[in-house]
Amino acid sequence: MSERRDTAAMIELDGVRFARGEQVIFDNVDMRFPRGQVTAVLGPSGTGKTTLLRLIGGQVRPAHGRVLVDGIEVSRVRRKALYALRRRMGVLFQNGALFTDLTVGENVAFPLRAHSRLDEALIERIVLFKLEAVGLRSAREKYPAELSGGMARRAALARAMALDPEIMLYDEPFAGQDPVSMGVLLRLIRRLNDALGLTSIVVTHDVSEALSIADQVIVIAGGRVIGRGTPEEVRAQREHEPALAQFLDGAAEGPLNAAEDEAPLAADLGLGGDR
Amino acid sequence: MKAVVDAIARLGRLFLDGVQHAGSMALFAVELAWVLIPTWTRPRDILQQVYAAGVLSLVIILVAGGFVGLVLGLQGYNILSNFNASESLGVMVALSLVRELGPVVAALLFAGRAGSAITAEIALMKTTEQLAALEMMAVDPLRRVIGPRFWGAMISVPLLAALFSLVGIVGGYLIGVVVLGVDQASYWGQIREQMEAWDDVGGGAIKSLAFGAVIALISVYEGYRAEPTASGMARATTQTVVLSSLAVLGLDFVMTAFMFGA
Repeated sequence: MSERRDTAAMIELDGVRFARGEQVIFDNVDMRFPRGQVTAVLGPSGTGKTTLLRLIGGQVRPAHGRVLVDGIEVSRVRRKALYALRRRMGVLFQNGALFTDLTVGENVAFPLRAHSRLDEALIERIVLFKLEAVGLRSAREKYPAELSGGMARRAALARAMALDPEIMLYDEPFAGQDPVSMGVLLRLIRRLNDALGLTSIVVTHDVSEALSIADQVIVIAGGRVIGRGTPEEVRAQREHEPALAQFLDGAAEGPLNAAEDEAPLAADLGLGGDR
Repeated sequence: MKAVVDAIARLGRLFLDGVQHAGSMALFAVELAWVLIPTWTRPRDILQQVYAAGVLSLVIILVAGGFVGLVLGLQGYNILSNFNASESLGVMVALSLVRELGPVVAALLFAGRAGSAITAEIALMKTTEQLAALEMMAVDPLRRVIGPRFWGAMISVPLLAALFSLVGIVGGYLIGVVVLGVDQASYWGQIREQMEAWDDVGGGAIKSLAFGAVIALISVYEGYRAEPTASGMARATTQTVVLSSLAVLGLDFVMTAFMFGA
């Protein structure tokens, strides 16, 4: 697989190694996320896709290697610089992570109130704009508990966009969504990215959805990158990489779960004799 | 033999776990100490927490204080009248409350009523990624969520303890003077004469300040470090009540020894 040298990368991972206890999650991984594009990061559950976002956001640090966001090394900067960097990122969390004690409107206003000295009337207007962008203007006075899953996710999206970030990180945005709200979200992610000139990273295991909107795709499994490129390029790589083929096809048998049950069942049941 | 070794090993592990727990709480306390003053840049947040932790605990504190006062009045009268000293009932009730029962019982009730709630709230915010969301919005959760809750508890406990003692003294008055016929003037007079502002009231106040700090620290720590699962949250809230109660009682003994010990 040829390494794509893209000087316009907004986010770069350079030889990153990350382990949680004994379990190695990333082993010497390189990734590049081009500016202005939607990059989908695909992989089976438990391959560290969320960890990737936490590395980019500076919530966890790699054991080795560098994580660069717009040329700034996230894993090295001091807290103040890190917070300044985070102000340029929006994150859509897996379950929205809306503040349950605040209304939708207050949730969207929260980052504005925390980081700007705008007056209330202006904040109200921005909140309305953001909610309009995700089609939730009427839900402004509602509490998160009163929203459906899809609405909550869109409300969280409005909040993530409140400070006009340059980078949007989506953590499993399609998980548990019905087909209609999935379609709405897909269109939103694409439209926001293009209209606002963002750099978006969508972490997901929904193959067809991701391939349908992404400019670039990175497939990870077992701590390494098993496919990367445009959706067409990734589809073409499947012949050389059985694990990639298994993941894209959703096949039950293949190299991805081969390691899982290598010990014979009899041994675990204590029937092997030599335990 | 093996059973004995196992038991010793288990004891050792328990001890090490305890030391580790205490150590990580101490580190957390240092981290928290840095944001405690800056938290006051948003006094509204703190006031809200004083309301949630303190004002909403008023009912249980006042009712409990009343009952404790009534019991003290009854028991005290029975004992004191044996020595023809029932006119000292007031000072006995007041000293018991101000020195010991006010700070201690109010703190124990607070840990159960409000400390557990603080832990549960923070743990739930962690489980639902609300704390992570704050971090990614470049808002320090320690300063925005943990700090105000610490202050809320820390401020509430001494005030609640004072109210507890006051209501208790009134309870003692009701039983002693109104029901059992102790002389009203000597009930209040003895309190005024024999209670020392600094030694007794001050000592009690220092105690309940310390209890407030300890409960506040344990409550926010257990919530912040809770495992983000249902059972993790359950364990954290239980831990808050158990640790706070033991810490209050242990600390009370140590402080009493220093303040009132010979």
